[in-house]
Amino acid sequence: MSTTNPPLPEFDIDPRAFRTLADAQMGVELDTGDMILNLGPQHPATHGTLRLVVRLDGERVIAADPVIGYMHRGYEKLVEFRTYPQITTLINRIDWLSSFANEVPFIDAAEKLMGVEAPPRAQYIRTILTELSRISTFVLFLGEMGLQVGALTPAFYGFRDREHVVNLIEAVTGGRFHPNFNRVGGLKDDLPWGWVNETRTVLKKIYDACDTFEDLVAGNEIFHARTKGVGIIPPEIGAAYGVSGSNLRASGVDWDLRRDGAPYLVYPDLDFKVWTHPDGDSFARYWVRLQETRESCRMVLQLLDALPSGPIMAKVPRIIKVPEGEVWTEVENPLGQMGYYVFSKGATGPFRVKIRSASFSNVSILPWLLRGVFVPDVITILASLYFILGDIDR
Amino acid sequence: MTSALSFAVDIGWGTTLAIKTLVILMIVPATALILGYTFLLKMMSHMQSRLGPMDPGGFHGWFQLVGDGMKFMQKEDIMPAEADRRVFAMAPMVVVVSTFLIFLVIPAGPDIVVKNLNVGVFYALAVSSLSVIGVLMAGWASANKFSLLGALRAAAQLIAYELPLLLAIVGVVIQASTMNLQGIVGAQSAGSIFGFDGLGNPYILTQFVGFALFMVAAQAELTQTPFDMPVAESELVAGYMVEYSGFRFLFFFIGEFGTAFAFAAIAATIFLGGWALPASWGLSVGLMRFVGPAVLFAKIMFVAFLMFWVRFTYPRLREDQLQALAWKVLIPIGLLNIVATAVLKVAM
Amino acid sequence: MTDVTPTDSGEPQESATATAVEEVAPDPHALDDAHAELLARFENELGAAVLDTGKAFGMPIVRVQRNEWRRAAEVCRYTLGLDFLSYIAGIDWMPAPKEGGDDGGSDTSSPVQPTETTYGITGSDGRYQVFARVQSTHGNVGITLKVDVDEDALLVQSWVPVYPGADWHERETWEMYGFVFEGHPALRHLYLPTGFEGHPLRKDYPLLSRVVKPWPGLVDVEAMPGGDDDAEPAAAEPATAEEAS
Repeated sequence: MSTTNPPLPEFDIDPRAFRTLADAQMGVELDTGDMILNLGPQHPATHGTLRLVVRLDGERVIAADPVIGYMHRGYEKLVEFRTYPQITTLINRIDWLSSFANEVPFIDAAEKLMGVEAPPRAQYIRTILTELSRISTFVLFLGEMGLQVGALTPAFYGFRDREHVVNLIEAVTGGRFHPNFNRVGGLKDDLPWGWVNETRTVLKKIYDACDTFEDLVAGNEIFHARTKGVGIIPPEIGAAYGVSGSNLRASGVDWDLRRDGAPYLVYPDLDFKVWTHPDGDSFARYWVRLQETRESCRMVLQLLDALPSGPIMAKVPRIIKVPEGEVWTEVENPLGQMGYYVFSKGATGPFRVKIRSASFSNVSILPWLLRGVFVPDVITILASLYFILGDIDR
Repeated sequence: MTSALSFAVDIGWGTTLAIKTLVILMIVPATALILGYTFLLKMMSHMQSRLGPMDPGGFHGWFQLVGDGMKFMQKEDIMPAEADRRVFAMAPMVVVVSTFLIFLVIPAGPDIVVKNLNVGVFYALAVSSLSVIGVLMAGWASANKFSLLGALRAAAQLIAYELPLLLAIVGVVIQASTMNLQGIVGAQSAGSIFGFDGLGNPYILTQFVGFALFMVAAQAELTQTPFDMPVAESELVAGYMVEYSGFRFLFFFIGEFGTAFAFAAIAATIFLGGWALPASWGLSVGLMRFVGPAVLFAKIMFVAFLMFWVRFTYPRLREDQLQALAWKVLIPIGLLNIVATAVLKVAM
Repeated sequence: MTDVTPTDSGEPQESATATAVEEVAPDPHALDDAHAELLARFENELGAAVLDTGKAFGMPIVRVQRNEWRRAAEVCRYTLGLDFLSYIAGIDWMPAPKEGGDDGGSDTSSPVQPTETTYGITGSDGRYQVFARVQSTHGNVGITLKVDVDEDALLVQSWVPVYPGADWHERETWEMYGFVFEGHPALRHLYLPTGFEGHPLRKDYPLLSRVVKPWPGLVDVEAMPGGDDDAEPAAAEPATAEEAS
């Protein structure tokens, strides 16, 4: 936004009346230079070590360049030196807020290559835990997006309600954040006694919490003023950049890999609605995730009702040797589309694994998206895209 | 009764001045502590379903802020290498001085006021706007782009919201026909609502528009959410204050909460009746010398409760939305309020 | 943007992409109708540029000629309606040299990979390949494309003019493998610090942590506290699934 300078008026003034040249020029021309601002890598709004170098004109962004890699752990190199069970410990840590959901597609890939199918009870439990991970990370999102926009209180509610779900996951898997619960062929353990009833109670709490968030945050006029119309992603541009998950659905694209992708876990048997929003702005992304949280609660209730009994582990050899082949699994992770392309050469570990993480593509749209927005809007957009640094940096 | 409670001691103006200075110097940090503890530490925590400090001092952590203050006092005085040293050091002083100056005119009893200025309201507004200079000095001298952004936002915001603040108060001044704060208190206490004088005539009833306007504008003057763009925690992380640590930050903190207390005091005085209870209750002046401060304190706590409640609930407005709110919404409403008040004052 | 809808017009299938004949056990790799049709249309558009096709668990894989890589992207996006770019990545088919030389070294923790070079489903010209996946957000189809990279030239056509999201994927592939993408606006480091030397995902780039120190799970480097010398070190053997349970 440059100012057009008015022409210098002609008048008669003794130049000695001005003490410095700057005084003489004052009021004649306003030259606003560009400022380069570094948001991060330590910054409360960037959810971790993301560095955003923005060139500002006043408070408007002219250009933005995300610098990532502060958390790059080199997973694609590390997995070439590990066996399949060892890799699950690693990939837990890609998206650490919904870590169970990261393990499942990889284990699924290994099982496909081996021709092993996990028993139905294991599939159901995997689906339940995936959906619970989705609920836990979305509830946190609902709270902390309010925090990024300035409301301090919803963040605490988000953490408090997430605790219930995380405690459930801990009861089953033993780990709050990094369960490491999947095994090739099934799961490590069965559900503890009383877990199903406890889950039903927790889901009611989460359902009520969603109502609270809807009132407190999504219904707030100031929140609307801050998020509506901010950071609109047109659907074609979003798809061309690889933006996926709730972000793309908030732009009106009706695409959900749970319903539309290759049959995976128990999703073909589930009855659920895919939520979209036509606007594509930050409010739409918040709203879609709010609805998806409720939808996930309903899905888990369906799954609990239909949970079959039986073994939780198929017959697999002691030493997992995966035959030669290639396989690609893609799933609807809470953050978007996550996929693993596993190249195997018949050894106990993979030859190459390409990890397609959702946040990598979600963040790659930032240089395009942030042109011409205000600095506070940058924060809103970052919050609404909801990326996890481990997911970007792998 | 009155002779037991009223006494006159002739102690010369020098001693009076000294006593008054001392009292103000002690009261302002104390008020900052009280507000900070009650609302920032306890009310906010309970709203966020947590407890806040519980250990320091034994009973619900009442000593926390005092301990924090002592901690700040003994910290190293860090200054950024490129900062403008003198301006950097003076900025917190400017902010705190403007806070102290507001307290000079706030009456706490029939004659418990440092200086009963005839233009009390005008004076209070004038000195409260001095803090803008302090904020700008802090932001510029910090040699930090984030601070600069915060200071520039603050300057625009604080100046923009001076007007709604002023317009809200003008309504009260018209109704009370005086700018003298003791006079305003007296007018409310002695007044009556359509002949019923059991409650006096607190101007919040007739000037409800003005009260709302004042609360919104005060929120913005204090750079509290929803108007805390200058110190946006999740973006600029304390904006113009970010390079300040140790006792300099303590000054800003005292300035912020002291000013909150002062604005709440002004609101309580001009809208809720200040230290006075309705005159129809027939309480003696001597009694009011003791009860007045307590009454004022209660009313201040109520107003501060409103301010902090909004602070912890709402997200923050963007800078341009904030300015639009001030210029396009609040000022026209304020002007209409004044016109209506003037018309009704003449007519009734 | 054309929609990809499955038709049952009974288009004659080419033998290379034939779905499985009805047998006792269904072929796990069989393509469903939508994918089979997509593959047929793709081959139709590109003609001679298609070097080889294959399928893996219901997903078509096509290997494309080196100088038709960008045209393949254009066909996918504009003709076939595959508007979603999933990823672009690279692969090095050479088996990794053994850590610490052929005498085995001290690290026996890594899985033992076969030492002959094999090239996966659609084969390869040489050591390096770039592979990518594009999908449609409307239909439920997608296709994986592979292209060979000449070991001496290391040049690949860039997809950035077609899919803007290719920007970051190609930057990452460049820094990990060293392939230069022609037509990319600015190939600079994405994950690694500027000035990093080497291309880590190549097989001959060693995993330095394993070279410097043997994997600690293999042997207890320090004695257990309390000096129970009879007790076995609590390390699990790496090449089994035991420590997983």
